[in-house]
Amino acid sequence: MKLALLELRRRPGRFAVIGTALVLLVLLMLFLGNIRSGLFLGSTGAIRIHEADRYVFSEDARESILRSEVTEVGLRELERIDGVADARGFGVSLLGVQIPGESEVADGAIGGYEAAGGRLPEPPPIGQGLADEGFQDLGLSLGETVLVGPAEVPVEVIGWIDDSNYLLQNGLWVNGETWRQIQNANRPDAIIGPDEWQIALVDFAASADAAATTAAIESLIGGDALDERDAMFAIPGVPEQNATLTAVIYATGFVVALVVALFFALLTLERIGLYAVLKATGASDGTLVAGLITQAVTVALISVVFGGVLSFLLGLAVPPEVPLVATVGQTVFTLIAVVIAAVLGGLVSLRRIIRIEPASAIGAGL
Amino acid sequence: MPSSPTHVSPTPAVQLESVRKVYQSGDDEVVALGHASLTVASDEIVALVGPSGSGKTTLLSIAGGLLRASDGTVLVGGEDITTYDQKQLTKFRGNNVGFVFQAVNLVPFLTATENLTVVAEMNGRGGSAAKQRAHALLEQLGLGHRKRNLPDQLSGGERQRVAIGRALMNEPGLVLFDEPTSALDSKLGVQVMELIRSEIKGRQTAAIIVTHDTRMTEFADRTVEIADGELLPT
Repeated sequence: MKLALLELRRRPGRFAVIGTALVLLVLLMLFLGNIRSGLFLGSTGAIRIHEADRYVFSEDARESILRSEVTEVGLRELERIDGVADARGFGVSLLGVQIPGESEVADGAIGGYEAAGGRLPEPPPIGQGLADEGFQDLGLSLGETVLVGPAEVPVEVIGWIDDSNYLLQNGLWVNGETWRQIQNANRPDAIIGPDEWQIALVDFAASADAAATTAAIESLIGGDALDERDAMFAIPGVPEQNATLTAVIYATGFVVALVVALFFALLTLERIGLYAVLKATGASDGTLVAGLITQAVTVALISVVFGGVLSFLLGLAVPPEVPLVATVGQTVFTLIAVVIAAVLGGLVSLRRIIRIEPASAIGAGL
Repeated sequence: MPSSPTHVSPTPAVQLESVRKVYQSGDDEVVALGHASLTVASDEIVALVGPSGSGKTTLLSIAGGLLRASDGTVLVGGEDITTYDQKQLTKFRGNNVGFVFQAVNLVPFLTATENLTVVAEMNGRGGSAAKQRAHALLEQLGLGHRKRNLPDQLSGGERQRVAIGRALMNEPGLVLFDEPTSALDSKLGVQVMELIRSEIKGRQTAAIIVTHDTRMTEFADRTVEIADGELLPT
């Protein structure tokens, strides 16, 4: 192992090609991962913000918020189920938002909610709303009044809220009455009744049996009661974009393993003489393989560091419309994936190393 | 050169008894070594000479535990290594045999000292004691001023001396030399052979030296000839 590290230190040029290739691949993995996180978080903030135990859809909604419909009566019936602490109504409308002084109409997700819960405070008064911080980048300031939809329903922005977007559209959070007013003025084809919401947000009591309570909710409503993860993946497009980018990231990880395998296979061919001498003088196969794996992992770790720095710099350079979110989880995943790929790639040379005859050091046994 | 009377120790360094090595080539058997028997005393230097393909490298490899014999018995320092598996042979070589290869084959990115200590480290004997021994060996080999040099900063003769130091690093009972002077001019070849003799004799160690160059045999206590895989009577 010491031998392997000494070679890395004294002959860095020898590993420059693989190092550069791995840095670029790590950069690609991190960039794709950050886009995946950005797309996912930008699409699901309006779900995560509630931090509810179950997201309850009506019978014929097929897990779509826009198709779902629950009533106040339904909410109160849910609260009578054993294990349910409370049930809150929630609905969302996708409409343009005209910011004062801006020529472009911004995309908005107008979220109406019944009561405080999760990261949401008590609903604002009628005609007022809490805007997602993303609106600030679009020129919105606190105290300004935006006009929502073609019907230009006014909403005064009285506060900011973070990470609340839905389908990459900035959240604008209002109370139920304001939301219904906005929806009904702009979408006369989809009128929401005065006691209606789209889905119910259910919080369990501390002592609740989650499975039994969920079953009771679904029995009462006839629809699905999803946990947060399933509710996020029920948003149209989210599973597809997540799966697509995940597949590309795994494919890149596979390429990392291939690059490492090819490089160390060639290096092993070049080192046959050296390995034979080391075996002849007492080095075990395990020692030689461990040295090779040490080199592969060290190069991979250094590449992750450089790739991470480049990814950070790239994140500063890309326009804000590109939904990039760097997360610790994504970085740790990339680190682990690259290290595993490096180990697997390095192990490809295992058989070749084991088959090197120590006798070939003196030209016998070939 | 000296042809000193051989001091025969109770336990020979090498005892080959009717050793054969056969390679399979398709359906045919190629006999690389046929029923060779050879005993090398514990402080004896034996020169093994013969033409290319005569089996001298095969014999050297079997004596050093690099190859396993197809038949016969191989005892090195009284230890029967005939039935050792690869793992046992690796450990055995690391502890009991030193090698000097024809192509020298030093690790190119290690200094002269490190080329010696790496052998000790691979056999679980690293640390400051190994470093001290490496320094002492290099001093004895006239390379005290070259300890920190990499192989490509050394002359051919200096590299060969480092290789000799590496072979002696683990205090082996047997040192095997494969054409140690073939890459050197005749003057340097003689100097290296003198050094080999002095180092081997000074340590009461046994050595087998494979060489094409019959002029080098005068540095050995005894010369053994091999042809077509058979040791010739001397």
